[in-house]
Amino acid sequence: MRIGFLHSLIRKEEKLLIDEFSQRGVELVMLDDRKMIFDLATGLEVDLVLERCINHSRAMHGLRLLESAGIRCINSSEVSRVCGDKILTSLALKEACVPQPPVRIAFTEESALEAIEQLGYPVVLKPAVGSWGRLLSKVNDREAAESILEHKSILGSYHHSIFYIQKYVEKRGRDIRSFVVGDECVAAIYRTSPHWITNTARGAVATGCPVNDELASVSLAAARAVGGGVLAVDLFETDQGLWVNEVNYTMEFRNSIDTTGVNIPARVVDYVLESAG
Amino acid sequence: MSECPVCGAEITLASDTVVGELLECPDCGSELEVTALEPPALAEAPETEEDWGE
Repeated sequence: MRIGFLHSLIRKEEKLLIDEFSQRGVELVMLDDRKMIFDLATGLEVDLVLERCINHSRAMHGLRLLESAGIRCINSSEVSRVCGDKILTSLALKEACVPQPPVRIAFTEESALEAIEQLGYPVVLKPAVGSWGRLLSKVNDREAAESILEHKSILGSYHHSIFYIQKYVEKRGRDIRSFVVGDECVAAIYRTSPHWITNTARGAVATGCPVNDELASVSLAAARAVGGGVLAVDLFETDQGLWVNEVNYTMEFRNSIDTTGVNIPARVVDYVLESAG
Repeated sequence: MSECPVCGAEITLASDTVVGELLECPDCGSELEVTALEPPALAEAPETEEDWGE
C-alpha cells in the first residue's frame, strides 16, 4: 500500500504519524506542498493521501487538485473548505442542528457594530480564516468595538473586513477539545487557562477529559456536519449543554497523547489504512 | 553533523530525521528546519503565515 503524505513543515504530529506508518510497513510518498506542481491532469500512484499541511489555503487547493486526479484524500477538500472558514463552519453546524454560540456576520464597520450591539457585550471578533487563537478580540464595550473595527478595516487585508462575531461564552477557565476519527470520538482534553483564549498554542494546559455520551454525541454530530474524517472539535460547557466553537481539520495532538492515554496517531493511521484498503 | 545557521553551533541529527522536520538549536534556541539529509543542512524555520494553523 502507498499512502501520500501531503505536508510542508514536519512538526511533532507529522513525525508521530510518519513513525506510525513506518511501524506498519506502509510506503509513504512524501508530498511537500512547497515543491509540488499540479498540471490539472496527472495523478499520483498512491492509494490515498493524508493531508498534514500547515497552510490552510495550500491544503484546501492541493486536496481539490488531488481529488480531481481521482485520489481519495483524508480529510477531503470539502472538509478543509468548511473547517478552514468559520462562517462556513457555523453554517454547516446550523444546518445539522449542532449547538453553537450565537453568531453574526457583517461586511462593513457600521453593520458589524450594529451586529455586536444586537448580540450584547462581550463578543469575540474572529478572522473567518485563522487558527491558534491568533487575532481574536474580546470586545467588552462600544468604544473597544469601534476601535477594533476601524483598525481591522484600515490596517487589515480585505479578509479582515469580513466580520465574524461570536457571543462571548463564559467558560470558567476551560474548554474541551475532542478528537474524532471516523465514527468514533477517541479522546478528549480540557484546555485550562487563566486567559480567556484557551488554545494550547497560547499556553493553555491540557488535562484528560472523560468522553461521556453527550461529548461523544455532540462531537460526532459536529464532525459529520462538516463532512467527517479526522477532526478536532472545540466545545464550550454551558448551562444549555455543550456548544461547538470550532472544528479543526489538520488537528494537532502532541499534548493529548500522554494526557489521554490514547495513541491518537495510531488511531489516525488505522483509519487511513482502513479507508485506503 | 550540521551547523546552526543562526549561531553556528554544531548540531547532530537523529538517525530518523526527515527533510522538513523542525528542531530547536540547543545553543541559541532558534527554530530550524532540516532542508537536506545527504549532506545534512539546516535553515531558519519560516515565519508563521496568516493561514497557518489546524
